[in-house]
Amino acid sequence: MLMATTLTINGETKSFDAPPEMPLLWVLRDILGMTGTKFGCGIAQCGACTVHVDGKAVRSCVLPVSAVANRAITTIEAVGNTPSGAKVQKAWLDLEVIQCGYCQSGQIMAAAALLATTSHPDDSDIDAAMAGNICRCGTYVRIREAIKQAANGRQS
Amino acid sequence: MNAHNSLSRRTLMTGGLATGFVLAFRLPLRAAVNEPEQPKDTTDGKFAPNAFIRIDETGQTTLIMPQVEMGQGIYTAISMVLAEELDADWAKVAVLHAPPNDKFYANPAFGLQATGGSTSIRAWWKPLREAGAGARAMLVQAAATQWQVDPASCTAAKGEVVHTASGRKLGYGALALAAQGQTPPKDVVLKDPKDFVIIGQPLKRLDTPDKINGKVVYGIDAILPNMKIATVAVCPVFGGKVGKVDDSAATKIPGVRKVVVLEDTVAVIGDHMWAAKKGLDALKIEWNEGPNAKLSTKDIWQDLRAASEKDGAVAKSVGDIAKGLASGDKFEASFELPFLAHASMEPINATVHVRPDACEIWTGTQIMTRVQSEAAKAAGLPVDKVIVNNHLLGGGFGRKLEPDMVITAVKIAKQVDYPVKVIWTREEDIQHDVYRPVYRDQVNATLVDGKVAAWKYKIAGSAVIARWLPPAFQKGVDIDAVDAAVETPYDFPNFHVEYVRAEPPAVPTGFWRGVGPNNNVFAFECALDELARKAGKDPVEFRRSMLTKTPRALAVLNLAAEKSGWGQPLPARVGRGVCLQPSFASFLATVVEAEIDDIGEVTLRRITSVVDTGIAVNPDTIKAQIEGGLIFGLTAALYGEITIDKGRVQQSNFHDYRMMRINETPKIEVIVVKSGEAPGGIGEAGVNGGPPALRNAIYAATGVALRCLPIDRKLLAAGKKA
Repeated sequence: MLMATTLTINGETKSFDAPPEMPLLWVLRDILGMTGTKFGCGIAQCGACTVHVDGKAVRSCVLPVSAVANRAITTIEAVGNTPSGAKVQKAWLDLEVIQCGYCQSGQIMAAAALLATTSHPDDSDIDAAMAGNICRCGTYVRIREAIKQAANGRQS
Repeated sequence: MNAHNSLSRRTLMTGGLATGFVLAFRLPLRAAVNEPEQPKDTTDGKFAPNAFIRIDETGQTTLIMPQVEMGQGIYTAISMVLAEELDADWAKVAVLHAPPNDKFYANPAFGLQATGGSTSIRAWWKPLREAGAGARAMLVQAAATQWQVDPASCTAAKGEVVHTASGRKLGYGALALAAQGQTPPKDVVLKDPKDFVIIGQPLKRLDTPDKINGKVVYGIDAILPNMKIATVAVCPVFGGKVGKVDDSAATKIPGVRKVVVLEDTVAVIGDHMWAAKKGLDALKIEWNEGPNAKLSTKDIWQDLRAASEKDGAVAKSVGDIAKGLASGDKFEASFELPFLAHASMEPINATVHVRPDACEIWTGTQIMTRVQSEAAKAAGLPVDKVIVNNHLLGGGFGRKLEPDMVITAVKIAKQVDYPVKVIWTREEDIQHDVYRPVYRDQVNATLVDGKVAAWKYKIAGSAVIARWLPPAFQKGVDIDAVDAAVETPYDFPNFHVEYVRAEPPAVPTGFWRGVGPNNNVFAFECALDELARKAGKDPVEFRRSMLTKTPRALAVLNLAAEKSGWGQPLPARVGRGVCLQPSFASFLATVVEAEIDDIGEVTLRRITSVVDTGIAVNPDTIKAQIEGGLIFGLTAALYGEITIDKGRVQQSNFHDYRMMRINETPKIEVIVVKSGEAPGGIGEAGVNGGPPALRNAIYAATGVALRCLPIDRKLLAAGKKA
């Protein structure tokens, strides 16, 4: 049942044994000790577990690890090395978006993926890209502003 | 000398601070393993004038946080209050979680080390200013002694003492050891608020830089050597027990280590969460459902409605209510609010290692000392053998004012010799919450000459305070459930508030963000809109006419009306609704503008909220708390309801216990007014205003006077009559 698995995460090769159907979320957190990616719902309803697979935002809580072999996985720990990720992180701090922060790994990953494909998103682009990410603290107003600031490269 | 300055170095060393505890979240974290080994607080070689301040010889200023950080920004605000009176160099400030210790860190509002009820700044404002000012005086004294000058000829700013006449300066780091030898001042002198340089500034939060890159470690992120992961199934029926468990299939799953059966809970321990989850799914569990197997919300409501007809304990009475209600234009209404779950984004969890001589816990809790004492009971160890490592919380909202998750985790960990992290799935988290109680509020009022002449308000519901803080439950009144009612800003000549304690059978009830005032503000502000219509008056004008004794309330109402465009024309089926609230010693006025489509769906268009919270410690945090609080409250108004059938909670995850999302969030403008009054509470306050303002907007747009939450769209379709 366990399968020797090799993944490329944040540019590094990681090898381990895991059941093929084990969601990437739990591989990251419980096998690799990478806890920046969060568990929120387990059914792809909240977006806390969002990572990038080949640059696209996906929910790692329902993504079997066997489906991502030979794909480039980026997590919150390294998204700052991408141009859009760095811009998003800066805007998040400049506008003081974050409250408890638990959902923000996922929010930042979703926003970075949006900006990587849509350099100047309008409100409906933001709604479409970010509506899958729940924030219980209610930081949505600032998330919207921060995405626009990151896109425009404005300084605080 | 005040109490906090009397917390001398000696008592600190012999008190709880010397035991293992704190998490310095700004220190570099270990790369791969989040082994949350705690740096010990040590006062050696440091200036340690009280339980809250440490300054080392480099000037590094470490502030110890008696209140927990769950997103509300309290670490930054508390640090600002301490740093202001200390005249610290803000760039050299770092923070530590306080260990469990009621002697030093009990919240003065509760006598317990607890974070809740928007009390942190209100309760700690004076003691922490005194702690900072006392420490500053000792640093000044140390410098003056060295210079052989009068301390009164010295000043302090940004972590330095300055002798004004000679221009000599000494940094706090250089003074740390000498200051430690100074006698604390007998009387501390606090700054005049006009001299504040830190308080009132929108400073950047201290906790957010590690929250953008995955570095922050919440309780759920604890990783320890040899740690295993467990997940649980709790009896789905309230009060039920485990019957038979067949674990033959579960134990065959690779990675499953052990099945633990407790009285009402079955846990599977595995190498990782996936194994634990698969193992749990493979169990065959028979539950003894017990006496609540037929319980439903319908029955609970029937009981609550009956109880609410009884006379209650009187919480406040002014004038002659019987006489006042006997004449004038009569109004009567009842308002009903549902059970709610907290649904913090970080599901409840606790990591526990029970060793023969000690029990160590890693979690995020709002109640440090209660977790410690409850864990001690569960572990069968003395309290001083329980070490609690607190973490930043991934949301609290009142759920983490309860110790149940830690107690269960200790019971599981007792059965193994390795550390075990117990994680509730979202489904278990929602179905085994400690719920915001159902409430029924009745308003009986009369109008004379277009104003309220008499107002009788009766609230019926669970007395959370009676369970959570028994000494505070006096004469049959839950002071939380009536909090924002007895403090009404309105001039009601005959005014009477009653409370009926009515506990729902079997359903555990607890605090939920916004707490008691959620009910009071909803009933008051909805009833007032209906009375305004009865009086033929505009809702803002109607309120204004009864606010002669509360100028702060009137001022926020007037500004909210102005900023929201109150009175300007709107399209059909679009309405504005207002809410004025006096809660947690803050005054807020909120205007919600909403559109109701022909099938009754509600869209938020715009929200304006004006807050007078007294002296605003960090105005940007206050704005953020109101923005977030509004969304928290409006989420409940739009969607929030936990229902029970056959003794079981029917909702389980975000698909059926919905949250507002970014695409539903309108433009929100929050205005923080300048004020010199004592600081009020803010974390809870933002939640109260949205639901009544939205309900009143719907009333304005459709004429339908909703009296229950969540909003029932079926009542709002075009053509429905009020």
